[in-house]
Amino acid sequence: MEHLLNLLIKSIFVENVVFAFFLGMCSFLAVSKKIKTAFGLGLAVIFVMILTTPLNYLILKYMLGEGVLAWIHPSLASVDLTFLSFILFISTIAGAVQLVEMVVEKYAPALYTSLGIFLPLITVNCSILGTSLFMQEREYNFAETAVFSVGSGIGFFLAIVLLAAIRERLRYSNIPEPLQGLGIAMIITGLMGMAFLSFSGIQL
Amino acid sequence: MSVESAPAVQEKKKEALFSKKNIRILRDPLDDNNPVTVQVLGICSALAVTVQVKPAMIMALGVIFVTAFSNLFTSLLRNTIPNRVRIIVQLIIIATLVTIVDQVLKAYMFDISKKLSVFVGLIITNCIVMGRLEAFALAQKPWPSLMDGIGNGLGYGIILVVVAVIREIFGAGTVLGFHVIPQWAYDHGYVNNGLMVLPPAALFVIGVYIWAQRSWNKKLVNVS
Repeated sequence: MEHLLNLLIKSIFVENVVFAFFLGMCSFLAVSKKIKTAFGLGLAVIFVMILTTPLNYLILKYMLGEGVLAWIHPSLASVDLTFLSFILFISTIAGAVQLVEMVVEKYAPALYTSLGIFLPLITVNCSILGTSLFMQEREYNFAETAVFSVGSGIGFFLAIVLLAAIRERLRYSNIPEPLQGLGIAMIITGLMGMAFLSFSGIQL
Repeated sequence: MSVESAPAVQEKKKEALFSKKNIRILRDPLDDNNPVTVQVLGICSALAVTVQVKPAMIMALGVIFVTAFSNLFTSLLRNTIPNRVRIIVQLIIIATLVTIVDQVLKAYMFDISKKLSVFVGLIITNCIVMGRLEAFALAQKPWPSLMDGIGNGLGYGIILVVVAVIREIFGAGTVLGFHVIPQWAYDHGYVNNGLMVLPPAALFVIGVYIWAQRSWNKKLVNVS
């Protein structure tokens, strides 16, 4: 139990997907101009992350690993399909996002209009695929995968809302013209990353 | 080469393969329309592999391969892809190409492949690839699309290598593993900057790069 709690804290703060691995930077920079939209995108990312990462774990474990297809025919015992993981992971994510989009459109039209274009764009948010790939590389079990996906989602949410809050204030400050917009956003993200570095070493 | 150039030869205008227009398509992404610093695409995985120069160069080559060929194949298929499912089709094309890159790296450069870890797989969701497919390859002929893919891959690669060179020089005092900061500097109290090997440094370097590029090239100010 303590181990899982540690993993949660680690994935939210110490190894934040945005500040430590630069995942999801594109939407992080593009959608962080207003707190409200940043909030909506953050929630949608948490939701898709929690849905797809455990799903990808099950696919990896029961369809792709070496010898897991042996129950179909004994001759398949030596088949290792792990190299197909990229294609299957991204298909799962694209499919899940499509599904979420349809469900939200049908049952929560207000939320659907407020999220707008950001919902389909989650498919190409690196942090979603990145979490699945980290899960594969670090060989997490199911409980760890679930906790890790929750932590990564919350980490992204936290990062994008924080940056949006800073950028709303930034509009009134006097920044050299060539540095405005993208340049200053990068440097602020770097400073926030430095602040998050101080979480390293925290153990429960 | 013959396969790639065939469609361009069949064009009615008989445009030369390296006409001024095509050269511009190739050269524009290197500075004026750079995918990372101007179009704001593909920053995602760009920065995590820039601690050392060698992995950054391998990563850049992988991205050039994927952007070039995904642009080419999407352009070849552009009239047969139904509009509603195009995202999935594009993702499958990209994922196939990235799987090829990953398998080649694992077979021939295992240590580099370990160092790049998940970031090879993340080329799939690199916004440059998807962005260029949507913005260019779906509406253009195969040959210009290939040029656009190579150009954007190169534009990305340049940023990656520049950031990696700066971080490796100041962070470890080396370039590609060779010492460039002389020993007497260390003897006189020079110390490698430990911040440079940490993730935030990449953001500072790229932020300053953007600042410098926009001061130099005034028409880029306020593009985003």
